[in-house]
Amino acid sequence: MAVHLEFEYPIIELEEKIVALHRYSKTHAVDLAQGMELLEQQLAATREKLFSGLTAWEKVQLARHPQRPYPQDYIQAIFSDYLELHGDRTYADDHAIVGGFAKLNGRKVMVIATQKGRNLKQNIDVNFGSAQPEGYRKALRLMKLADKVGCPIICLIDTPGAYPGIAAEERHIGEAIAINLREMFRLKVPVVCAITGEGGSGGALGLCVGNRVLIMQCGYYSVITPEGCAAILWRATDAVPKAADALKLTSTDLLKLGIVDEIVPEPVGGAHRDPKTAAQLLRDALCNNLAMLAAKSDDELRAERYERFRKLGQFSEG
Amino acid sequence: MQGFFGKTISPLGKASPKADIPAGVWLKCKGCEQTIAQSALDSNLQVCPVCGHHFPLTAGQRIALLSDEGSFQQLGEGLSSVDTLDFAHDNSYPRKLKETQAKTGLKDAVVCGCATLDGTPYALAVMDFRFFGASMGSVVGEEITRLTEEATRRHLPLVIVTASGGARMQEGALSLMQMAKTSGALMRHDEAGLPYIAILTHPTTGGVTASFASLGDVILAEPKALIGFAGPRVIKETTRSELPPGFQSAEFLLDHGLVDRVVPRAKLRAELAQLLVYLSPETTAGCTTAGRQA
Repeated sequence: MAVHLEFEYPIIELEEKIVALHRYSKTHAVDLAQGMELLEQQLAATREKLFSGLTAWEKVQLARHPQRPYPQDYIQAIFSDYLELHGDRTYADDHAIVGGFAKLNGRKVMVIATQKGRNLKQNIDVNFGSAQPEGYRKALRLMKLADKVGCPIICLIDTPGAYPGIAAEERHIGEAIAINLREMFRLKVPVVCAITGEGGSGGALGLCVGNRVLIMQCGYYSVITPEGCAAILWRATDAVPKAADALKLTSTDLLKLGIVDEIVPEPVGGAHRDPKTAAQLLRDALCNNLAMLAAKSDDELRAERYERFRKLGQFSEG
Repeated sequence: MQGFFGKTISPLGKASPKADIPAGVWLKCKGCEQTIAQSALDSNLQVCPVCGHHFPLTAGQRIALLSDEGSFQQLGEGLSSVDTLDFAHDNSYPRKLKETQAKTGLKDAVVCGCATLDGTPYALAVMDFRFFGASMGSVVGEEITRLTEEATRRHLPLVIVTASGGARMQEGALSLMQMAKTSGALMRHDEAGLPYIAILTHPTTGGVTASFASLGDVILAEPKALIGFAGPRVIKETTRSELPPGFQSAEFLLDHGLVDRVVPRAKLRAELAQLLVYLSPETTAGCTTAGRQA
């Protein structure tokens, strides 16, 4: 069943009208082409207008849309010959982060991706997209393997954040993320990261130390969820949209701040309105960015990755 | 005396053990709830003489504890935070920054520099919880990165004393990026074959735990310090379960293998000095060659 967000209703209404008209013209053998064309135009205009005027909070909701394509969908749509590899070799195989060798445009890559579920059963399996320490440790194991065999790395990220659980703390989720941050700077192969939906704080960053960091148009990347921020700063749930705006977490804000290098456009209305086109646009962006890095030496890749993050931060001297 | 006061009402019943209370007053220990004199704390490294509860140290007190007198040279003049995001469009962040600067005499939540301890030179960063809960924004990230780079250039061991409520929300994802930036600098320090000691104090959480606090070659912690990624309240609300006793305490993390040693403050200076010697290349003439020949 389709799920619609509140601000999508004007679009949905028009779409339903068009479907109804279409049915009517068929069953009653009346030609309503002119009226339908008008409605189609109206629909396109409404979509464009709605989509360009979304608030930060509405974009967060789009990033979390239950029908939004997830990284595992993009693996299916974009890569071929995917060979998943399992486990962190220490404790478990965390399904919230998966990875393995695959081919992109005929070239081998290591693809690492967070997962979200479409139903309760899947969501329990992938812990609602929140990884345990083992997920980050598996990801690092696979990145080191890729590094050894000279294989570029692609990370696809859509996670609300690392899991705030008792066992996660007992097995040092903070340390697992920290080690990834440090070790990703050591990699000698190109690393391209793309936030396809939610970029939830440290949990996203733990896979996001790339030479290039991309974000899909409706994705967000934030130090804290708008809900968390509103609760801490204003102790009010109705302050969530205000927090979303204050955090400057949308793709356009992040590009301005230099936190992401590129925005991957989405079909009008969001990736869930046209997953096929969304996948094509992401594929193009990944291929372009990999091509950009292909000719660089190990040292260049490492130095540039360091510089990319080194320059982030704003302060006044003295 | 203490037993006596413990049984009566404190003359300053409302006094709270905040660091900005002028010296010489009485306060109630958070650990044992006994009323103790500020002067007793001052002469005991801010550790409760009754129960051993560790009160927070200011950056200045911590530097004095861990370095030879007069040896600490601050790196630069200190950076100041700016309201790049125009957070919530209400000027509250820069206003609170100014207030906190005036109150603490600090420019931000970390003080960085080079010092010696028993003559061993090393680079030292100390976070100060009084400043925005020692949250990490651009300034904390930049200062720690600069110090780490300086330590790498000068071939110095690095010591970071952490305390932090996490990333600084008011700087949004720029704060988040400081986790990567500092970790990158630590990678280079590590690659230069130099040692890094993290000293975790109460509380060390969030983005600081998920970056430099967890990356020490040796990790020390002060007794009972709260150390974790997610805060206990968030975990309780998310998992809807009771937290195990002592969860996220320094001792809990020692049991679970994150922390090398839990060190009471009275022993911290001596242990750090010992570690710095162990972690330095053996250069003392006579000692090394004699050892090898034997």
